[in-house]
Amino acid sequence: MSTTTWQAVLALPVSPARDHIRGPVDALVTLVEYGDYECPFCAAAHPVVEAVQRSTGPMLAFVFRHFPLTTIHPHAEQAAEAAEAAGAQGKFWPMHDVLYANQQRLEGPDLLSYAEALGLDVGLFSIDLAEHAHAPRVREDFMSGVRSGVNGTPCFFINGVRHDGSWDVASLLAAVQRAAQVAV
Amino acid sequence: MNGTDSRQQTPLAPGSPAPPFRLRTTPEQAISPSDFAGQPVVLAFYPADWSPVCSDQMVLYQEILPEFKKHNAQLLGISVDGVWCHLAFAKNRNIRFPLLSDFEPKGEVSRAYHAYREGDGYSERALFVIDSDGSIFWSYLSPVGVNPGADGILRALEDLANRRAAA
Repeated sequence: MSTTTWQAVLALPVSPARDHIRGPVDALVTLVEYGDYECPFCAAAHPVVEAVQRSTGPMLAFVFRHFPLTTIHPHAEQAAEAAEAAGAQGKFWPMHDVLYANQQRLEGPDLLSYAEALGLDVGLFSIDLAEHAHAPRVREDFMSGVRSGVNGTPCFFINGVRHDGSWDVASLLAAVQRAAQVAV
Repeated sequence: MNGTDSRQQTPLAPGSPAPPFRLRTTPEQAISPSDFAGQPVVLAFYPADWSPVCSDQMVLYQEILPEFKKHNAQLLGISVDGVWCHLAFAKNRNIRFPLLSDFEPKGEVSRAYHAYREGDGYSERALFVIDSDGSIFWSYLSPVGVNPGADGILRALEDLANRRAAA
């Protein structure tokens, strides 16, 4: 028979080899977000994370992993693949920012126009989307979230432990600072 | 959904026989766990169709349905909402697994699984994995305001598969 309790911790450790990391790789605190480009709460969290990073400076590294809820967000999967396609050309974070800034415009032609504006090789980008070249990566992110106890989006992990509290700037900043004190 | 956890009870424990039942999922159709002979059945009791935490939870399960299918498991959601409410909710959120209506007598099945909040009049957020022999293999009660996610269910299904492989 199985036990019934566990802690929600990151099942797939952060790795510079696979993850998109904004900030120093060896930062004291790592904030992981599982998010969905079509989720309004994730769009609301985007400037929150930016504000927390501005406040904390180099002690914080931010990692974004995909958790597209395609059941309710029909554009989320392709947007996630678009971010990865941009990432394959070295522009993950610029595309990440553009997608959240344009959450209401995530159709195929929109994604191509963002790729063009970011100076990507649009031909390569569109082939990646058409062939779902990055779908396995998005699925890997998603399943790593499921196995880590992600229960909705956005879902944050601070130094590997799920953050169950609020994620307004003050709360998230305080949680990051607590983690930094423990980590020192 | 803001219930107090002080009234939470212990869900029916692993090893217990799963109380049999048949509940409506549409005005015309009723479903029983015994309809899925030879398959593990996952029961997800939840408080209410439209409350934010619950809908995240059922949407998440819809998203993970292929993983449950890999274990040949059948997922059933259960709340005290009526079938018309379930139909509207399922249509709105694109939920395509059965949502069962523990509506009349209200909460009877939830009570049988020790997953009913008497004062509040709705089901707990309780999860069960029922083995194909009809016994409860795993159970978990989440604080009513916390979406329990799916990792516990997947672990239980893996443990169940491992136990069968070892048998």
